[in-house]
Amino acid sequence: MSETADRVRKIVVEHLGVEADKVTEDASFIDDLGADSLDIVELVMAFEEEFGVEIPDDAAEKITTVKDAITYIDEHQG
Amino acid sequence: MFDLTGMTALVTGASGGIGSAIARALAEQGARLALSGSNAEKLEAFRAELGGDHVALPCNLADGAAVDQLVPRAVEALGKVDILVNNAGVTRDNLAMRMKDDEWEQVIKVNLEAAFRLARAAARPMMKARFGRIISITSVVGATGNPGQANYAASKAGLVGMSKALAQELASRGITVNCVAPGFIRSAMTDVLPDAQKEALTGRIPAGSLGEGADIGAAVVYLASKEAGYVTGQTLHVNGGMAML
Repeated sequence: MSETADRVRKIVVEHLGVEADKVTEDASFIDDLGADSLDIVELVMAFEEEFGVEIPDDAAEKITTVKDAITYIDEHQG
Repeated sequence: MFDLTGMTALVTGASGGIGSAIARALAEQGARLALSGSNAEKLEAFRAELGGDHVALPCNLADGAAVDQLVPRAVEALGKVDILVNNAGVTRDNLAMRMKDDEWEQVIKVNLEAAFRLARAAARPMMKARFGRIISITSVVGATGNPGQANYAASKAGLVGMSKALAQELASRGITVNCVAPGFIRSAMTDVLPDAQKEALTGRIPAGSLGEGADIGAAVVYLASKEAGYVTGQTLHVNGGMAML
């Protein structure tokens, strides 16, 4: 697993308080990890801070799984 | 109780009658302030008068882009914003049938839209901090209506609805969102009223007198305090009993 993936998973575990082994790449934040819409906003804020990327609202709406987040960050990181 | 030491607040309309009383009350409880207003000179004079370590951030609330920059400017100046007080308001009174489009728009833009823009911007750092207080100054006429003030009453009632929605969105993150609704408060505007009109006005107030700016300041201090953390989505009416809602 890439370094980005590790850091993304760590943030998800910390913010949602879920077991690390549940945070698979295919896991949906809302359906599998119990996040609500406000949690997603917070996760996106945390990703922006951790990786120094800007995730605009229209992109954030499309990030629904752990993999979506990793892919977006990998593609947009300076 | 109600100690605000170590907390920071952004207050809009801070050089006005009620706004300056709110700023004084927050400062007395130990908060450090970013004072905003449209008149830079008046604002700076008030900041100097207040003393202490407060900053003045002039801003035209009718300019959406400038409003969006105000919270970031306050965060830069103070390091954080724990308390947002949406106090600034304008009136453009007219009977509805005569009301011009721009009279409606200006009042909604400054009183309601700017408050939303500021709350939206402040919610982000407050969410991260797991603490925040968003307090909007509405008015008794937002609840009762008033002839000649369709625009103003709509903007003030709008603040109440907006605050209730925000309160529900943000409650789980330690952020409370409330309103304070002043009745008739003594100000430069009421001082110049003829005695007969003043008497007619106070006749409608069970307390028998107009309120003071400090009465509003005290209500804001309460809602801003840690002690009021379980109070959210509410409107605190401060009106001497003239409307019991």
